[in-house]
Amino acid sequence: MTTAASELATYNFAYLDEQTKRMIRRAILKAIAIPGYQVPFASREMPMPYGWGTGGVQVTAAILGPEDVLKVIDQGADDTTNAVSIRAFFQKVADVAVTTKTREATIIQTRHRIPEERLTTGQTLVYQVPIPEPLRFLEPRETETRKMHALEEYGLMHVKLYEDIARNGHIATTYAYPVKVEGRYVMDPSPTPKFDNPKMHMSEALQLFGAGREKRIYAVPPFTEVVSLDFEDHPFEVQSFDKPCALCGAENVYLDEVVLDDRGGRMFVCSDTDHCEDRRDHGHCGTMLAYNKGAAQ
Amino acid sequence: MPDTQIFSGAFAEPVFAAQSVFRTVMDCMARPGTIGTIAATARPPQPLGAAAGAIALTLCDHDTPVWLTPQLAKSKLPGWLSFHAGAAVTAEKQDARFAFVEKGAVVPGFGLFAQGTQEYPDRSATLVIEIESLEGGRPLVLTGPGIRDEAMVGPQGLPDTFVALAGANRAMFPRGVDLILVAGDRILCLPRTTVINNREA
Amino acid sequence: MYVAVKGGEAAIANAHRLLADRRRGDRALPSITIEQIVAQLGLAVDRVMAEASLYDRAIAALAIRQSRGDMIEAIFILRAYRTTLPRFGYSVPLETAEMQVERRVSATYKDLPGGQLLGPTFDYTHRLLDPSLLHDAPVDEALQREGGQEPIMRVADILAGEDLVEDDGALPEGHVPGDLTREPLEFPMPRDLRLQALARGDEGFLLSLGYSTQRGYARTHPFVGEVRIGEVEVELDMPELGFSVSLGRIQVTECQMIAQFKGSAKTPPQFTRGYGLVFGQSERKAMAMSLVDRALRAGEFGEDVVAPAQDEEFVISHSDNVQATGFVEHLKLPHYVDFQAELDLVRRMRREYEAARGDKTDSDIPEAAE
Repeated sequence: MTTAASELATYNFAYLDEQTKRMIRRAILKAIAIPGYQVPFASREMPMPYGWGTGGVQVTAAILGPEDVLKVIDQGADDTTNAVSIRAFFQKVADVAVTTKTREATIIQTRHRIPEERLTTGQTLVYQVPIPEPLRFLEPRETETRKMHALEEYGLMHVKLYEDIARNGHIATTYAYPVKVEGRYVMDPSPTPKFDNPKMHMSEALQLFGAGREKRIYAVPPFTEVVSLDFEDHPFEVQSFDKPCALCGAENVYLDEVVLDDRGGRMFVCSDTDHCEDRRDHGHCGTMLAYNKGAAQ
Repeated sequence: MPDTQIFSGAFAEPVFAAQSVFRTVMDCMARPGTIGTIAATARPPQPLGAAAGAIALTLCDHDTPVWLTPQLAKSKLPGWLSFHAGAAVTAEKQDARFAFVEKGAVVPGFGLFAQGTQEYPDRSATLVIEIESLEGGRPLVLTGPGIRDEAMVGPQGLPDTFVALAGANRAMFPRGVDLILVAGDRILCLPRTTVINNREA
Repeated sequence: MYVAVKGGEAAIANAHRLLADRRRGDRALPSITIEQIVAQLGLAVDRVMAEASLYDRAIAALAIRQSRGDMIEAIFILRAYRTTLPRFGYSVPLETAEMQVERRVSATYKDLPGGQLLGPTFDYTHRLLDPSLLHDAPVDEALQREGGQEPIMRVADILAGEDLVEDDGALPEGHVPGDLTREPLEFPMPRDLRLQALARGDEGFLLSLGYSTQRGYARTHPFVGEVRIGEVEVELDMPELGFSVSLGRIQVTECQMIAQFKGSAKTPPQFTRGYGLVFGQSERKAMAMSLVDRALRAGEFGEDVVAPAQDEEFVISHSDNVQATGFVEHLKLPHYVDFQAELDLVRRMRREYEAARGDKTDSDIPEAAE
């Protein structure tokens, strides 16, 4: 009886079988040809939970080759546990070269951030997407939202954003902020902070989005218009931080708030850990780092 | 005696060859006007060329009915596709997910193939068309997603009506077919989003 | 001073080591074997096979052991394994009328051809804790009927003889049964795909939905026409040979739930059916599935869709416990980037709110809109 267990299958390069890769590859090509449109695909059960990046992992597994250099980030950081886990998965099943350096990577799989460093031609950014449908929070039914996309009927989305303004004086969406791609499809950029939305616009890199549980793949080709929805009297604006990064002194980057003590002590540091390290390696220094250095001397 | 034309000519290393071909196609589809090189070799039966054969092995299988021109349908290609890719040939253009047109053959009207629906525009055909050369022909100006400002290409061997055909295809967006032009081992992709114009004199 | 979080890899490795330690537990005790799990926790094994859609008791038992008895985790492990298995073909439909029946009960007839067979059931056991199970007390051999067994007529076929129940139903001409695990979902979905989804759906979710129909949320006046448990032959068509070959036998539980239907302009009044079929022995799941199947056929019978159990997109989108657990549990992944974005907004709105309160006399402060 236990013989069955000793005959467990061995896995293909990059885990997925070739038929599955072909199916995903075809979906990716159609996604690229229809920017912002969500292509249904027969998402597979992956050896990691739904909601933990199975869509991104399937996209990465379908495009990844032996020449690639892979970077995986979660919340902008290479060392968050889920990023570590996904990176280790690809090292194990594809023996792929990995890096934490944005500019060395050919494929970057990400959850919730776009790297600060400008991406270039030849790089592909793969987003992990939990809920690919930007209209889902307004209309839970797939049968309805599909019609709305077909008819380009996005009035409801504008109504929702405007209700925010009327109620709060602000558009109360701070992440997963909807965008319109190439003037046609309203798209969910995945739960990145809206700070990152402008980076999607006319990016040199190819952007692929994988939603495993919801079984959708979509894409933004390089040099494609990606416009955050807004209103003339309430133009889209990104978050700004009062202070630069406490470690590297960077401004105009997205910062994480770190609680230092139980007396309200806070510091703000780069969410993009590679960007921060790179700046520090190049001699940039924030207030906290300077303080620590001073204290050490 | 086994038919060597049918039973040979697939990728030597299918996993890595398919990955490499796909990446070239993906990069070219994402950057219309960019010319890519198909590095992996496949040897499909004549008259289909090696690069088009490699694309077929990379993307086609039993889930993708394939339409072939009369000449290709008469060749050993249907058997080759069936044996190596598990793909079935269909005579109905509307049913085809992929279509292959060899060099010099008549290019059918794009509108005859599946265009996808307004709800599911992805359910449309991809046409792989072999032509004389990707360069040296009448210059065409490309604009649209994937292109920074504009791209210039000069494919040789496309029908005279190509710009009009492509324009009609573009006008149906988000529905429409996507094109992969092949010459030798080089390819050029024209997704439905690309606006194609003759260069002003 | 601030120390950047590092060492995720070591932390993960150590956590997994601790998990392995806890899974093994007290080393003074013998470790539980796969054979023991298969033999003594058989219904757990059955549930894992059913909801993972993979019929292999030993591997299901391995998954249960690996998951420390967490059933959904075990289902998940087995599903992930199933994905990687090559697909050789699709079996011909199971012939449950030919089942080697171990249990068969009908609520609609007192007696019927083949009789009522209780089989190995918890029914009518008094749920009193059994002290003999604290120890390894000897257990009597089961009593076996003499001789072999003839196939037992299905109750649905009895009613069909009077033309009082809808037919088994046939797939439309040229309809190839779909494969939920190979094609993207699309709504509305045909019944074959819906049944596939329900067969692997979470037992608890379907149980509650089935229960809700009994309590009036889309009541269908159901009767258990029949529940049968036993072994059926799985056969694969071999076009090369011109006949089908047997791959072996599997145990399944089938439920035919008979429900009322008043009839329509086109159809005379008759009974309709809800169908449940599950790997292994799982009566609760098969019955719940058949209730939900019937409820989901509301559209087919021109019934008003008024309750959750009738709502195909709602039911099918949420019945898969592997999807559900993944997405619910993903909330524990770091979300601090998004939280920061929200924090920033709430702080800003709070400042504005307080500024407005501190300046109440200013009538220019706009009222919140409706």
